[in-house]
Amino acid sequence: MLVMEKNFLSEEIEKLVNTYGNSRSSLMPILQDIQKKHHYISDFAQQEVARILDIHPVEVYSVISFYSFLSSVPKGRNIVRLCQTITCDLSGKENVARAIERELGIVFGETTKDNRISLEYTNCLGMCDQGPAMLVNDKIYTHLNPEKAVEIINEIK
Amino acid sequence: MEIKKKRQGAVLFSDYTRGKAIEKIVKISREDVLSEIKESKLKGRGGAGFPTSTKWMLTAAAVDPVKYLICNADEGEPGTFKDRVLLSEYPELVFDGMVIGGYVIGAKEGILYLRGEYEYMKKSLEDYLEVMRKDNLLGKNIGGKEGFDYDIKIRMGSGAYVCGEETALIESLEGNRGEARNKPPFPVNTGFLGHPTSVNNVETLAAISHIVVKGGKWYQKYGTDKSSGSKLFSVSGDCKKPGVYELPWGTTITDLLKLVEAENTKAVQVGGASGVCLPKSQFDRKLSYEDAATGGSIMIFNESRNMLHILKNFMEFFVEESCGQCTPCRIGNVKLLEGVEMIERGDYTFSYINKLKELGQTMQISSKCGLGQSSPNSFISIIENFKEEIFNYGNGGTHVR
Repeated sequence: MLVMEKNFLSEEIEKLVNTYGNSRSSLMPILQDIQKKHHYISDFAQQEVARILDIHPVEVYSVISFYSFLSSVPKGRNIVRLCQTITCDLSGKENVARAIERELGIVFGETTKDNRISLEYTNCLGMCDQGPAMLVNDKIYTHLNPEKAVEIINEIK
Repeated sequence: MEIKKKRQGAVLFSDYTRGKAIEKIVKISREDVLSEIKESKLKGRGGAGFPTSTKWMLTAAAVDPVKYLICNADEGEPGTFKDRVLLSEYPELVFDGMVIGGYVIGAKEGILYLRGEYEYMKKSLEDYLEVMRKDNLLGKNIGGKEGFDYDIKIRMGSGAYVCGEETALIESLEGNRGEARNKPPFPVNTGFLGHPTSVNNVETLAAISHIVVKGGKWYQKYGTDKSSGSKLFSVSGDCKKPGVYELPWGTTITDLLKLVEAENTKAVQVGGASGVCLPKSQFDRKLSYEDAATGGSIMIFNESRNMLHILKNFMEFFVEESCGQCTPCRIGNVKLLEGVEMIERGDYTFSYINKLKELGQTMQISSKCGLGQSSPNSFISIIENFKEEIFNYGNGGTHVR
């Protein structure tokens, strides 16, 4: 990481701390914002958050590793999360999953080479009455079938 | 996402105007509000069924200038989506309920803990809170009542089912891993940042707004003696009309199946992955705290479904979502999943399956929080209620379908 990039990131984290406060209870919103912007929380970002909040960096890492929406390794610019829980599963999630994988040439758990999309499974999205369902970043899509899902995937920039 | 406006329902979906309950409470004392709620016999709608008036009374009685009211919108139970409907279509009920709670327990701050998966709702909810501030339903001297200051903020979850457990939720808010705490002390004494905290389900708070306006007696008219009022049921699976239905407690499963036009039903999972799976012979059971209890999740499976496949999906869910803090849950769920896979391969002995059922019972009594205490429910009930299918004809009999 370039020194300039590091400085930018430090500044950015300081701004987040000013917004949310410098107490430990601000940790989640700070990490969520970093995740959203950078698609992961780098070692350097973790150390900076720890320094400013005056906690041990491992504390920050332990929180990141706990939550499935936070990541310490780089993810794609967009995250597609397909619901794998029972009602979506029974309404055809498997076919949707295979169609997306074929289209992108990667399997769930991987990221496309151009960093455009990371594919992930997720547990119940609360759309059981309209399954199969998936989240693209924070947008929800329901009543999927293979064709419709691929169409949505192809529109992601 | 589909939004069906004008839902039908006798209690929660009955008419309500924003701010009406708040207008009423500022004219009466905290005790009067509390006694109205006590009369309604309202129990927590998250599933555990703790009387709401008792929870609020304990939090109100705790001596501390700083208290919190938290609305638990970390709706993660498979098959549950009633909170999504309430928050997106009836935010006035939920937020007014949060203001009432703040007034009763003496909190200055309310927090809505919204699951990360529902981030698409955050913007509209925040706009809604802004409107409430403009109308003096939040902020300083609410409703013109001197010294009644209260505000609500929204905090997001980050994809952890276990954070629906109230102490895990509080840990998450405090910036920690979402691992459940030992109880006691309960949050009503030592909650968020060590202060007395009441954690209430979205639906509970929505019911409160109606109870305050229409009275505890009115509410109690609906439902059964031990389960008063109505319940939102999130119905999904094999039926023609899935969705959220408001029905009085005490409705039988058969009646519900008729209403949603389910045909050839083989099994009904009541209470989500952590609930129990009932066969046809038990469809006359009543949905209520005293009989077939549920936080609202009803999943319907028809004759074409493979029960072992369903059980495997549930166990995979728990293996992933166990926080790993206590051994019965961390190891137990893995062992139960392995058992399901052994049955699937036809590579098992009945004595081992019986051992696993015992393990399930051990998990129910020895796990630290509700996750591990309830995760064996579906294993035990599906293996027991559908043993004919699983061991004689299904994969367990090695007649692979």
